[in-house]
Amino acid sequence: MKPDELRSLAQKESELRKSYRYRINVCCSSGCMPFGSLKVLSAFKDAVREFGVEEECYVARTGCVGTCSLAPAVLVEPGDYLYQNVTPEKAREIVKEHIVGGRPVKSMLYGNEAFFKKQLRIVLRNAGKIDPLRIEDYIAVGGYYALLKALTRMTPQGVIEEVALSGLKGRGGAGFLTGLKWRYVARAPGSPKYVIANLDEGDPGVFANRTLAEADPHAILEGMAIAAYAVGSQKGYIYVRSEYPLAVQTLKKAIEAARSMGVLGDNIFETSFSFDVELRLGAGAFVAGEETAILASIEGRRAMPRPRPPYPAQSGLWGKPTLINNVETLANVPVILLKGSEWFSSIGSKNCTGTKCFSLTGKVNNPGLIEVPMGITLREVVFDIGGGVAPGRRFKAVQVGGPSGGFLPEQLLDLPIDYESLTKAGAIMGSGGIVVLDDTSCMVDTAKFFTEFCVDESCGKCTPCRAGLYKLYKVLDGFTRGEGSVEDFSKVEELCEFIKEASLCGLGQTAPNPTLTTLRYFRDEYIAHLVEKRCPAGKCFGNSGGGGVE
Amino acid sequence: MPNSGGQQTGVKSDRRLQMLEAAIKQHQYSKDALLEILHTAQELYGYLDKDLLQHISRQLRLPPSHVYGVATFYNLFKLKKPGMHVVTVCMGTACYVKGAENIVSTIEREFNLKRGGTTSDGRLSLFVTRCIGACAMAPNAIVDGEVIGKATPEDVLRKVKSAMGAEMVEAR
Repeated sequence: MKPDELRSLAQKESELRKSYRYRINVCCSSGCMPFGSLKVLSAFKDAVREFGVEEECYVARTGCVGTCSLAPAVLVEPGDYLYQNVTPEKAREIVKEHIVGGRPVKSMLYGNEAFFKKQLRIVLRNAGKIDPLRIEDYIAVGGYYALLKALTRMTPQGVIEEVALSGLKGRGGAGFLTGLKWRYVARAPGSPKYVIANLDEGDPGVFANRTLAEADPHAILEGMAIAAYAVGSQKGYIYVRSEYPLAVQTLKKAIEAARSMGVLGDNIFETSFSFDVELRLGAGAFVAGEETAILASIEGRRAMPRPRPPYPAQSGLWGKPTLINNVETLANVPVILLKGSEWFSSIGSKNCTGTKCFSLTGKVNNPGLIEVPMGITLREVVFDIGGGVAPGRRFKAVQVGGPSGGFLPEQLLDLPIDYESLTKAGAIMGSGGIVVLDDTSCMVDTAKFFTEFCVDESCGKCTPCRAGLYKLYKVLDGFTRGEGSVEDFSKVEELCEFIKEASLCGLGQTAPNPTLTTLRYFRDEYIAHLVEKRCPAGKCFGNSGGGGVE
Repeated sequence: MPNSGGQQTGVKSDRRLQMLEAAIKQHQYSKDALLEILHTAQELYGYLDKDLLQHISRQLRLPPSHVYGVATFYNLFKLKKPGMHVVTVCMGTACYVKGAENIVSTIEREFNLKRGGTTSDGRLSLFVTRCIGACAMAPNAIVDGEVIGKATPEDVLRKVKSAMGAEMVEAR
């Protein structure tokens, strides 16, 4: 593709988009699909034909708008009217009233304005508003312009500088400065070099990366291509969980479309830069998201981490310099190049710029996918965006950072969300899971659940993680039956500290967080189990039915 | 030269084997492609038995221990034949806090099987999985590929029973 072809296609597509008075976006992502969104999509198309408004109303199959609990969700533009729990019958009524009559159907609209007001969508800029299977839709909203700009008006060093100045940090959890990582790979001797986009979102309760891939796959591809140009790579891999069939399909089609459009392949935009991307499927291993484990998995081996150094930047895939970035990190890159590092670094807090996507789940009224500026407080996320817990229930704790994130109590809700504050409080940013618990959840049982998860997912390579976590699980399991004594607490803490200190990779180093934080902030619940032999939430001691099934 | 036929390793020579062979060839017998080959084999056969793993190890010239190690390391690969009907309950965080454990124990009690196992007549398998990513609709269960959101134990039980047919229920 030539630069001019991109410009004229973008103009043509955006004019086409503007020629419609209305646009109906039907969410067909994994969250909505099982609840009939494809039927709703065809009902909208039928209704638009029936009422003869095909010329002025476009019906699009899109990705997720974020309000996954309202499935199937439908967004009508202009005005961003969000309809919830849409059925084929309701679809016809929406076309009749809203499109033909010009009166939005108030009774079907999602009433919670705060859900969107406190959000800032950079990574999810196009989610729910473009058809992920149409590359033209992405180009119409400025897609692949950043790649064009990088290739034709910037040097690789210039791209790295811009990303470094933006302050962007890795969104996969560790929070390493992206620009710095790129610089290491660019400077590393050896070739070829590889770029890996990490979409091995193994944390249970987290679906931000999947949603991004399903809603806006080209943002990931464009970010990868820019990264490849910056570090001097011609080959990229997307490592994606096989449990995400729709994301896999969407990415496959996006790669094909990008190849045939010429934004992937040889001599992109008539420059000397060539780049291609392949998909690699995971096979259900939580630890495979760790950056050295992902390398082993792509090379067809067991996904077991190895000690660093050497870092993948020096010796990665097949021993070659390799850049590994989370897909959310990569999706930020095109926007940074187009709007500038100064703009990006003005968002968020001082040491933590930009936004973060979170999957908000658990006992919260408005679960879904959100994107918020860094530095927002947990209270705003849980109560304003999430709408708090169910009526009559009391908020108990929020877990931030996936299975190895810590639990934070009410008094820490005013904590700003950034890498440092969370780590200090015993939680982690992780890949962006926020799970809300209310008074029907038992903290001892929950700590046991997560420890069991980490026991299962430990790769078994190093002893502190393999044997230490199992021991920890056994003790916690006993606690849920009232076995043990308060004197055991210090032993448990000692064991946890040992596992954290001595484990090889991030899994073992963070796995004790749920136990440590529940012991720190919810010690009274442990005491109730061991001294009074009762579970305050009514869950343990054989009452598995007390877990609050709605 | 890699082996061409599958007879030596006890894998029946049929269309599935041809397709597997084609996939192996497409990857140029590369050892690095083991995961891709295992994915293909499981798609074709439904699960990976010993003969099949042995066949793959010969074709890719990898030690059987390596192939077996990889196949057992990843949760997705199944080494035993699953039942005719499969119910999978999501045990991700969101589903767990919303009561997925109750769904699992209800199915276990009702059909007298354990998670990860299959009924003795081979009609139903029960699996738990770590997060299918539909957390806002928790708890989720999947019965023969169909996702049930905001599921109760009764919902899932009803779905399983109707999938298995009425005669099965009466036989109990």
